[in-house]
Amino acid sequence: MSAPLLRAEGVSLRFGGNVALDDVSFEVRPGELFAIIGPNGAGKTSTFNCISGVYRPQAGEITFREESVLGQRPDRIASRGIARTFQNIELFDNLTVLENLLLGRHHVMRAPWWKAMAWLPGTSREEYAARLEIEYLIEFLDLTAVRRHPVGILPYGIKKRIELGRALAMQPELLLLDEPVAGMNAEETEDMARFILDIRSELGLAMIMVEHDMRLVMDLADRVMVIDFGRRIALGTPQEVQRDPAVIAAYLGGATDDVLESVREELS
Amino acid sequence: MTTSTPERETPGTPERETPGTPARETTDSATSRLTGQSRSLLAGPDRGRVNRNALRGRPRLYTSYAGDSALLNTPAKRWWTLAVILLALVLPFWLTRDLSHLLSVAMVMAIAGIGLNLLTGYAGQISLGHPFFMALGAYTGAVVAGEPGSIVIGWELDLGIALVLAAVVPGLVGLVVAPLATRVRGLYLAVLTLGLLMLGEQVFKQWASVTGGSGVGRAGALPVLFGNDLEQTYAVGPLLIEPHVSLYLLCLVLLVALAVAARNLARSRTGRAFAAVRDRDIAAEIMGVNLLRTKTLAFVLSSAYAGVAGCLYAILIGRVAPEQWNILFAINLLAIVVIGGVATISGTLIGAAFVVLLPRLLEWLAPWLPFVSTGSGGLITIFQLESILFGALIVLFLILEPRGLFGLWHRIRTYFTTWPFSY
Repeated sequence: MSAPLLRAEGVSLRFGGNVALDDVSFEVRPGELFAIIGPNGAGKTSTFNCISGVYRPQAGEITFREESVLGQRPDRIASRGIARTFQNIELFDNLTVLENLLLGRHHVMRAPWWKAMAWLPGTSREEYAARLEIEYLIEFLDLTAVRRHPVGILPYGIKKRIELGRALAMQPELLLLDEPVAGMNAEETEDMARFILDIRSELGLAMIMVEHDMRLVMDLADRVMVIDFGRRIALGTPQEVQRDPAVIAAYLGGATDDVLESVREELS
Repeated sequence: MTTSTPERETPGTPERETPGTPARETTDSATSRLTGQSRSLLAGPDRGRVNRNALRGRPRLYTSYAGDSALLNTPAKRWWTLAVILLALVLPFWLTRDLSHLLSVAMVMAIAGIGLNLLTGYAGQISLGHPFFMALGAYTGAVVAGEPGSIVIGWELDLGIALVLAAVVPGLVGLVVAPLATRVRGLYLAVLTLGLLMLGEQVFKQWASVTGGSGVGRAGALPVLFGNDLEQTYAVGPLLIEPHVSLYLLCLVLLVALAVAARNLARSRTGRAFAAVRDRDIAAEIMGVNLLRTKTLAFVLSSAYAGVAGCLYAILIGRVAPEQWNILFAINLLAIVVIGGVATISGTLIGAAFVVLLPRLLEWLAPWLPFVSTGSGGLITIFQLESILFGALIVLFLILEPRGLFGLWHRIRTYFTTWPFSY
């Protein structure tokens, strides 16, 4: 068993009296596709925000490659190799598809502003090398026809792909996918699933995926973590999780015995 | 969408610009593993090189990334730029002294406008404090290269040194102010920079040894560039270069250099970071953009541009008083950016020409305009008409074409390139 790529231990996040995450622990191994599921408001995106440095949890520890990410600025975490996509698309609307993808390579590129102003050979070489990388991604994600369009005018499904491309352009070791197929039809979902599988097999990236599409999660994920009200209620292979009574209770509201028990405990 | 550019022909696999570039560097990239095809073309015997015959008659076929992302990436752009630069070089010899002076002012305002556009248009940080930085540049230039007077100090150094310091000093002040300015955004930043303007005005009024004091003012830097006194007339071959011509040419050279530098910056990593911060700052940060550093850089660079413009402005106007760096001046600068086009450099050039030349144009047209008086009588004066037109234009542009004159031009161009189709 290799060392985990990402380890979260006892992560708790509160907004005032509102508990978003309560003692959540998990590990992501290199090359693993790890899914996080849970009902709305369970704390899935909050987990992502803790990992990428947008939120700082009050308690617990998150380490990436044995080194803490807590207290680091998001841009620093990004350059350490964690890339993410967003649930509500966060693309730069006025920039073209090309420019959006090139932005993903921001932290890889080094040319300082004063060299850029004179467009010295170093700058241009770096720029064209980045462009070549981007063109591979554009081809892979089938964005060739729209590469010069400003992102703002493109349809939703394409924007989701561009976001995936932008995250890939960062050459991450860990990719966080926040609802990659939300709001997509069956065909688009299938395309996205294929992209995810391709990325996995070709690049060997570890991925954490938050998703509501259960079929996608159960088909793709190696392991699944279920959270509800900020608490981890199950963690295991898709088959294990599907059979877990706590998970069934959380999703279907079925009152199994131990759920009733825990509810009673909490009330008393 | 009528505004989108027509698709250009771009090959999926570009030729590497320099034959000496090792192919290894490109074939080993991680993302290339996602698609096998491009790699094989690049690694082939031709290294993706395109046959010259294929290029003939297809000016928009790009065969290298360098050609594609060049500043002047179409033949039309190249010819137009050449024509405009030639015209700009000839104009001062042909126009009256008065008019070429006006054009010089327009060019200086364009430099300041480009600076403001870097900050406001590209990086999305609205600033009303730009005249403050122009004033800093003007006074730095005047102190370094100006003539000492009864109260004002002046070291009478070379204008070259003065211009450099006129960029550095406002840049440094910008660096000091930036940490404050980067903490707020939008409306709050506008008010904060407005405060800077007011603060500056008071300081400039009191600091008479530098500024000449309230209501008095002082002359700008002496135009002695690299030992050549630009107030003399020089003969270059058959051409007589009079003082106003040499000043004009100085402004032109600086404008072209600074505009090209700004365009280069805009298409680089830094320029993209500016735009990312403008569009979505949190997402930009998660993409690896350092927010504080990017905003600070935008602030400092735009202050430096303003400083250079301020130094030249003081030389052109002849005498600058602390009162003139006021909010009206700031609004004029914003008008240049808005009317010209937000986040375009060429638009800013048009905007500056428009804003500076419009009053003169109205003066010319006044005799033919109804209701407008040149002397007494009539409904409104020429100055009133000017302000009304100015305000109306800003409102109209914001509503009808937020991308300004540049956007208007873009639409016309798109119409003709796609004619007879409407898309």
